[in-house]
Amino acid sequence: MTDPASPTTADKTRSMLECHWSVELYNRLKAADVRQVAYVPDAGHAKLIELFVADREIVATMLTTEEEGIAIAAGAWLGGDRTVILMQSSGVGNCINMLSLAVTGRFPLLMIVTMRGEWAEFNPWQVPMGLATETCLRTIGVRCLRAEEPESLVETVISAAKLAYEADQQVAVIIGQRMIGEKKW
Amino acid sequence: MSENAALGRREAVATLLKDRGDLLVVSGLGSPSYDVHAAGDQPGIFYLWGAMGGAALVGLGLALARPDRKVAVVTGDGEQLMGLGGLATIGVARPSNLTIVVIDNGRYGETGMQVSHTGRDLDLSRIAVACGFGDVRTVSSLAEVSMLRELMRQESDRPRFFVLKVKADAVERSLPFRDAVHGKNRFRANLGLTPS
Repeated sequence: MTDPASPTTADKTRSMLECHWSVELYNRLKAADVRQVAYVPDAGHAKLIELFVADREIVATMLTTEEEGIAIAAGAWLGGDRTVILMQSSGVGNCINMLSLAVTGRFPLLMIVTMRGEWAEFNPWQVPMGLATETCLRTIGVRCLRAEEPESLVETVISAAKLAYEADQQVAVIIGQRMIGEKKW
Repeated sequence: MSENAALGRREAVATLLKDRGDLLVVSGLGSPSYDVHAAGDQPGIFYLWGAMGGAALVGLGLALARPDRKVAVVTGDGEQLMGLGGLATIGVARPSNLTIVVIDNGRYGETGMQVSHTGRDLDLSRIAVACGFGDVRTVSSLAEVSMLRELMRQESDRPRFFVLKVKADAVERSLPFRDAVHGKNRFRANLGLTPS
């Protein structure tokens, strides 16, 4: 008989993978000279946030709402800093008008968005923004690059970072909910 | 109440920014951008024409990127009211080189001078205190504004928050350029940063 409290092999594998991609993303974003991180706490981003917050070379700013991160990133760029903004799909809805700052000013913008409301979702309240996230971003002028596996996520973020910081583009990397996994209670 | 204020907004902002040295300035959309422009256009100013609620946070990102420089955000009561959560974020981030200055006429000047929450006695300074700002002051005379100018230059361990109570009369517009790409590149060039 198995202990219901002990993690399954699948859980362990998933946990190792999550650890792997968070660490790899952290290392690659640091290598891309990211100096500021703005975030609203999120289960999917939890490990990446933890790594950034623990890093004394990184200025990590916790937000009350995601749109603040768009404004902070613009100000940071005015002062010479590269910023990455971490949020969940529901937070994209909070950002829409503030994104006009990044789009109008052609400010480098790199958002990494974990999806809810699209795969094995139990909470109907997450579904509307799950459906609307990419449409909203594209409509306001933000390019969306989607990743469904840890391997492609890393190279997608590296590509997005180059587009943002070197080609002055506004880019969101969308991490599919299938990769993050179901929310566990 | 702003109805009783005697301070003119143009004089107030001109006094605040007089002899500003290498102070970096972010201005909030509407009248504050016009006030800052009227006080003398300089490359160390970034004017917002939109992104309502974001001015103080643009200032935060800048202040965190450049801890070696003093940063002032000059914005309006309506603009700041749209980003109240941002005051909490700034209070917690605690940049020591950032001052938020609210030019408070208790009105929405761009849309027809409708009364704002501060015009109905909401006190922004008490919110700033609760958020953890250090030096928080509300002033209504030019002599006091001169004092704030000196305060902004001094070292501090917390961000500052100043409310300038000004008359709610219409002032002729002094329009800065609207091109944010130009504004960005000009501002960055002034700090020795090159365009991509």
